[in-house]
Amino acid sequence: MRKVAVVGIGMTPFGELWDMSLRSLGIEAGLNAMVDAGLSSDEIDALYVGNMSSGRFLGQEHIAAMISDQAGFTRRNLPAIRVEAGEASGALAFREAFLSVAAEIHDVVIVGGAEKMTDVSDAMAQEIFAASVDQEWESFFGATVPSLYAMMARRHMLEYGTTREQMAEVPVNGHRNAAKNPNAHFRNQITVDAVIGSGPVATPLGVLDCAPVSDGASAVVLAPLEIAKRMTDRPVMIAGSGTATDSISLHHRKTLSGIPATTIASRLAYKRSGLSAKHIDIAEVHDNYSISGIMAVEDLGFVPRGQGGPAFQEGRFSADGEIPINLSGGLKAQGQPLGAIGIAQVVEVVRQLRGEGGERQVGNPEVGLTQCVGGTGGTCVVHVLKVV
Amino acid sequence: MGVARFWRDHRIRYQLIGNACPICGNRYFPPRELCPDCHRESIGKMQEMQFSGKGALYSYTVVHETPDDFSDQRPYVMGIVELEEGPRITAQIVELEGEPVIGMPVEMVFRKIREESAEGVIQYGYKFRPAGVKR
Ligand SMILES: [Zn+2]
Repeated sequence: MRKVAVVGIGMTPFGELWDMSLRSLGIEAGLNAMVDAGLSSDEIDALYVGNMSSGRFLGQEHIAAMISDQAGFTRRNLPAIRVEAGEASGALAFREAFLSVAAEIHDVVIVGGAEKMTDVSDAMAQEIFAASVDQEWESFFGATVPSLYAMMARRHMLEYGTTREQMAEVPVNGHRNAAKNPNAHFRNQITVDAVIGSGPVATPLGVLDCAPVSDGASAVVLAPLEIAKRMTDRPVMIAGSGTATDSISLHHRKTLSGIPATTIASRLAYKRSGLSAKHIDIAEVHDNYSISGIMAVEDLGFVPRGQGGPAFQEGRFSADGEIPINLSGGLKAQGQPLGAIGIAQVVEVVRQLRGEGGERQVGNPEVGLTQCVGGTGGTCVVHVLKVV
Repeated sequence: MGVARFWRDHRIRYQLIGNACPICGNRYFPPRELCPDCHRESIGKMQEMQFSGKGALYSYTVVHETPDDFSDQRPYVMGIVELEEGPRITAQIVELEGEPVIGMPVEMVFRKIREESAEGVIQYGYKFRPAGVKR
């Protein structure tokens, strides 16, 4: 396998984008990534698309070919591949694109993630979003996605003494970082008290523990490292990639107080990169709910099990902490356009590793990590990225 | 969702029918085509079994933001129950007096789950309630 680098990044703003269609979102993010890479479309060999549910949000399937057409790639009849893994669709598409370059199937590929969620009612958006958990044995009985994460939170509180205040620090951190991100869905600051006092969704989780429904798209361009060195001064290498699955029903797992697929995927990514948790300078983790941020830092090995809550409270994952987490604002504050999440995480890590974070740049990080989860942990995808 | 899709699972949902692997003894609910531990060895040998419906509450949440089909039941308690035979299942917890407690004994009851809004078909299945309570 040859080494692969990210040579271009791009995204759209995330939020309720009434005037943008899925096509226009995908094209804008893709063009931004191509411009950033300094490439023209005739230098691209293939397109990968991460998208969870265009069929139910828009009634449109077959969107890899559709976006390929809009981007002008069908003039050369390029291969276009859509990847679906619930909320981890974008992250898994990124991995597939990476593997295709590493395996010398393609040279230069573009991988985009996009979701248009606000063309349906909020209730319908929640129902479609819930399709990443077990419809027959969870949703049928009234379980919602936040209710399943709430039951994970309840176990974490019981087993480790994690407090409501500690959980609230996760969205507070996300909003604090997003205030410096012009693409973020929410740029307002929130407090621990506001999170705890927010209207109940599924106890102990309230509205401010939960990431929003957003529209948005993100894209990156990948190339073999040797070619990348000729294209850019600061190529960022994909040092390790790992993915793992588990039962999509939460109740079938031995533990509810962590996501085993995250632990396994991160071990694989660390092993392939020759690095470990202690080498990670920054991370973008899947904070779809407040408890998810706490489980992520434990499952990824940043802190021992049960120490995630206290560590967030001590500011160890703040922008000025040991491992700044979700400098973009994360899913909670940058936004949660399902298929775009995983690639937006890569965009933020690359931006920071290049030193292009602008107002939210933190020092000179050299190694960054992304972690993206489908459903309640049926899929997890982890990548380790590194400055060359 | 279509009617046939749920009709297929009626027996499983009404009577808590699962199965067991004769090789390793593991029990499964809902039933599996093969044992994930014994793989092809178990194909065609899985033995159907009825679960007692008794168990303990493993985790729970009070759901305030509900899907449309459940809005008439709002708020309701969802739980994960650990059955005494081993497997865990997700179900509503009903007939509670106050907040539930993790570890409390519960038993299965047969109840209406929801009114299917589109087809108007009522769906039935299992819920759980506190066990050992005089009614
Ligand atoms: Zn077995």
